[in-house]
Amino acid sequence: MASIPLEHLLLLSAALFCIGILAIVTKRHAVAVLMGIELIFNAANLNLLAFSQHDPTLLQGQVFALFVIIIAAAEAAIALAIILKVYQYFNTVNVNEVDTSRG
Amino acid sequence: MVLILFYVFAFLIVGSALLVVFMKNLLHAAFMLLITLLSLAAVYVLLFADFLAVTQLMVYVGGILVLILFGIMLSNKGDNIFIKSESSNGVPGALLAFLLFGGLVYVITRTHFAQLPWLRHSETIASTGVKSTLHGIGINLMTNFALPFEVASFILLIALMGAAFISSQTKIK
Repeated sequence: MASIPLEHLLLLSAALFCIGILAIVTKRHAVAVLMGIELIFNAANLNLLAFSQHDPTLLQGQVFALFVIIIAAAEAAIALAIILKVYQYFNTVNVNEVDTSRG
Repeated sequence: MVLILFYVFAFLIVGSALLVVFMKNLLHAAFMLLITLLSLAAVYVLLFADFLAVTQLMVYVGGILVLILFGIMLSNKGDNIFIKSESSNGVPGALLAFLLFGGLVYVITRTHFAQLPWLRHSETIASTGVKSTLHGIGINLMTNFALPFEVASFILLIALMGAAFISSQTKIK
């Protein structure tokens, strides 16, 4: 069974990372920025799994990817709570208009 | 066969991820993110990470994507179904992403990762004939990674309590 070349996996992951960066810098809706962050988390996971393929006894990459998924879940819950609070306060979630940080 | 499947799913991942950025409707962008995450789970299966693929389905598709959809629906004005996903700084952002991608491609193609000593002399999961990595991950979580496992459980608990506190209606102060 032919395995997937490592370079192609890394290139796919690099493409996903750059698309995530593009979403973060250009989007104005806060939830769309969050989607870009999720894309970047997934690019990191793809890299970890690509190298973990060659580590069959320890599987360190796969365990680390599991922790990345846990952190991503915690981050999404906190970020959505903050976005809802920002919406209540400013009545918008456009990140260009939310430019004051007083409580 | 594996290679053909990989290229099909890689095309799906990059295409739908680009559509996440370029879709006019934010809800459509969220559904494109669903396709990206599902294709990534398929690639994880091709990489012999069966447990991670199932976790991806349950946590990302079942949890985070639903949270994102809730966030979209709860944070719009409520006057229209069409939620625009506007963008600004299009040209500098595209330039930045493109330059970053060019640099990464240059580094990856020049480095020859497959020629690294530990990669050349290691055996892959495929060659050992292991049916599932679940056993190895379970043993790792209870031995080598016991402390990170416990810390992760605390982080999840604190994050959920924090999210409930932040989004509660009561006035802070």
